[in-house]
Amino acid sequence: MAPLWVVVALSLAGGVGAACRFVLDGIVRSRVRLAYPVGTMLINVTGSLLLGFVTGLALAHALPQEWRLILGTGFLGGYTTFSTASFETVRLAQERRWRAAAVNAFGMMIAALLAAGLGLWLGALI
Amino acid sequence: MTADGPSSKPVHLRWSAVGLVILGGSAGTLVRYLLALVVPTWNGMPLGIFLINVTGAFLLGWLLETLVRRGPDVGGRRTLRVLLGTGVLGGYTTYSTFAVDADGLLLASRFAESALYGLATVVVGAAASIAGILLGARLHRAGRS
Repeated sequence: MAPLWVVVALSLAGGVGAACRFVLDGIVRSRVRLAYPVGTMLINVTGSLLLGFVTGLALAHALPQEWRLILGTGFLGGYTTFSTASFETVRLAQERRWRAAAVNAFGMMIAALLAAGLGLWLGALI
Repeated sequence: MTADGPSSKPVHLRWSAVGLVILGGSAGTLVRYLLALVVPTWNGMPLGIFLINVTGAFLLGWLLETLVRRGPDVGGRRTLRVLLGTGVLGGYTTYSTFAVDADGLLLASRFAESALYGLATVVVGAAASIAGILLGARLHRAGRS
């Protein structure tokens, strides 16, 4: 386990990340009149890009391990969410919007993996 | 304490609600960090994050179904949704770690494990969401009869 200050800092960073998700999703919901949960998609794909970048930096020894935990496990782990994405997929399926549900489940996964791969590559470049 | 203030600001712009999300998100993140630390990987796949995401999906399905059946999203129900749903369970589960770990398996040429991990998370996660929703609905009916 990491030192206590790192554990406290990564927990708080996760809270701040969750708050960023809450505010950003609320703004997207109020501005974008789409019957598709774009907010969660946007959050998870940008968060995956950034976590790929942070991980790439850490693997290249350009970022200390403590900061990888605070920014990665903490902030970006709290910013992105799986539970809401999964819930929204099921809600779309309940409305018999099969294509939207499939995009939300598998499209989001593919987009997040591509974004994380791009982030890892960019992080390794530095 | 409630997320409902006298102001007409939308909930995501109220400091009381943002504070609840920070509180819940910090707690959820701490539990995720500790669980991921103690659960070993299985054939190179991050079993801890898988279990976290699946159990979080189940609990969020149960929570949101329970709240929506009890009444409109105001007052105490909204406080619980924001604190426990957006905060605790949103911070507990993660998508970014899931994506980076799946990429890590791909980069290690472990294609079968990457595909299994990715698909199992999405499919079992959706099944867990459904199970949580059904449990919430059933418990609500049982409570009323």
